[in-house]
Amino acid sequence: MKTRVTIFYKDSVFDPQGNTLANSLRRVGFVKVKGVRVGKVIDVEMDAANKEEARRDLQKMCEQLLANPVIESFKYEVIEG
Amino acid sequence: MKAAVITFPGSNCDDDLVYALSKVGGFEIAKLWHKDETDLSSFDLVGLPGGFSYGDYLRCGAIAALSPIMQKVKEFANKGGYVIGMCNGFQMLCELGLLPGALAKNESLSFVCRDVSMKVTSVKTPWSTDLKEGETISLPIAHGDGRYIISEDEYQQMLNQGQIVLQYIAENGKESPNGSVHAIAGVCNREKNVFGLMPHPERATDMRSKDGLKIWTSVVKAIGEKSA
Repeated sequence: MKTRVTIFYKDSVFDPQGNTLANSLRRVGFVKVKGVRVGKVIDVEMDAANKEEARRDLQKMCEQLLANPVIESFKYEVIEG
Repeated sequence: MKAAVITFPGSNCDDDLVYALSKVGGFEIAKLWHKDETDLSSFDLVGLPGGFSYGDYLRCGAIAALSPIMQKVKEFANKGGYVIGMCNGFQMLCELGLLPGALAKNESLSFVCRDVSMKVTSVKTPWSTDLKEGETISLPIAHGDGRYIISEDEYQQMLNQGQIVLQYIAENGKESPNGSVHAIAGVCNREKNVFGLMPHPERATDMRSKDGLKIWTSVVKAIGEKSA
């Protein structure tokens, strides 16, 4: 089963990379850019009996390692299988 | 007195820590590998060194926090053992949940490597009794992910409990070198036996700066009082 985890700094946490990219995009002419947030995408391939089991495991993986809930928000989805 | 210094793949300040602990503290040192599952109860202090464990993959300190020895470190700390983590070690302690808050990428996106000034905010910890409240000290920093983040409520609570130990002093119009909330440089847990800081007191015991000395003499004193 192919799954995907997406992680961002929480909205309350300043994202210096996103800020830098937004400034650069505006500088090269994309003046309509209002903001950029940079996150991480982690694809996890796993043997799971069903989607529910996969989601349960993904939740635990995010809490234990993949994300730091103090500063990051995360979401996950089953993308295939 | 015995101290354990734990080395992770990518640690690069472990020998600096061994130097400071043995020279200043007179500790007998055991260097442990992160895969050891040694019982730590015979030690008086455990040190988590700076560096770039696991190449800073995912988040600094996140993978190291899951190393086999870390459960032993947690047990040691929960029984009141003295644990210090500097730089990458501080990041590990936050990831492990032994300290509140988290460390994010520096606001400037730059890796900052220089001596910085900071004020001593709390002397009510075993790590800072030899310092004076409000005193300015200078310690080297060398990090790219040192922006300490904590909610305002937690900050106020920690401040009241004397857990905020060190705070950077504004320089060149910047409140801190990394954008930390309230310019925080080092914090303790509620019980004060666990101390994490981004600066490197282990690199400031002789030569250019000696301001790190008092952190080590403070904890040596605390250990002496504990075992007396």
